[in-house]
Amino acid sequence: MQTRTNEEWLNDLRGQNQDQAIEDLRSVLKRGLTFALSSRIKTDLEAQVDDFIQDAILRILDKMDTFRGESQFTTWAQKVAVRVAFTELRRQRWKDISLEDLIPEDSGDFTPLVLADPSPDPEKQATQTLLSEMIETMLNEDLTERQRTALLAILQGGMPIEEVARRMDTNRNALYKLLHDARKQMRNRLLEKGLTPEEVLEAFESG
Amino acid sequence: MELSKETIRKMIESVKMTRDEELTCGHCYDELDRFIEMKLNDKHPEEALPLVQEHLDRCPACREEYEVLLEALKSMTE
Repeated sequence: MQTRTNEEWLNDLRGQNQDQAIEDLRSVLKRGLTFALSSRIKTDLEAQVDDFIQDAILRILDKMDTFRGESQFTTWAQKVAVRVAFTELRRQRWKDISLEDLIPEDSGDFTPLVLADPSPDPEKQATQTLLSEMIETMLNEDLTERQRTALLAILQGGMPIEEVARRMDTNRNALYKLLHDARKQMRNRLLEKGLTPEEVLEAFESG
Repeated sequence: MELSKETIRKMIESVKMTRDEELTCGHCYDELDRFIEMKLNDKHPEEALPLVQEHLDRCPACREEYEVLLEALKSMTE
């Protein structure tokens, strides 16, 4: 396969050498993606990678004008392929799971598990109980329902941010901003109570 | 619902890492190819692009994509 500069990649992918350039790009992306995903995909690795790359090449051709030339073109293209792959892998992984599955709306109140997890140190247990009740109150009173739902889906449910965003009819960036606001709100509330995150974390250390 | 100690720890850890100014996932993605080439060339991207590093430290989804991209690119140079 011929070595190309960024300019040559862009020219070939836009010009009369497009077919050959696409095949060369496919080969580059396939090698990297197959290696990188081999520990994550246990069945039909080659077929899945081929599908990801097919979609990625369409995306690359569509978004080529946004390439800023701050890296090698193939690095940028591989970045697009990884994003395409993870979007699909996460969609498959979480397709049957709703936000309600992750965050059951039973009583509407939080029941801290601290009480059910006895610590050998009664004083520490008492501190944990107080702090967990305070955090519960912050979640219920200082955050919006959307902030609370997203935060718990990610932190407690382990759902990736774009899957939470899809279920909340928003996008990854907007959800990130919503969560950033929630974290700032919690940080400010802790400070108002004279607590730093470090102090709270120390209280919840194991033992 | 039950709020586990592990969830509380993760929540407060994320609060601890909160900054007034943060990159969104989209901004991080825009810079990722430049950041990762600096990483591959031992040019300390965490110093040149600290906001990208901070985003990767706090966003599991972006970090996972970064790690896989790094593996993919390393395999190309071997």
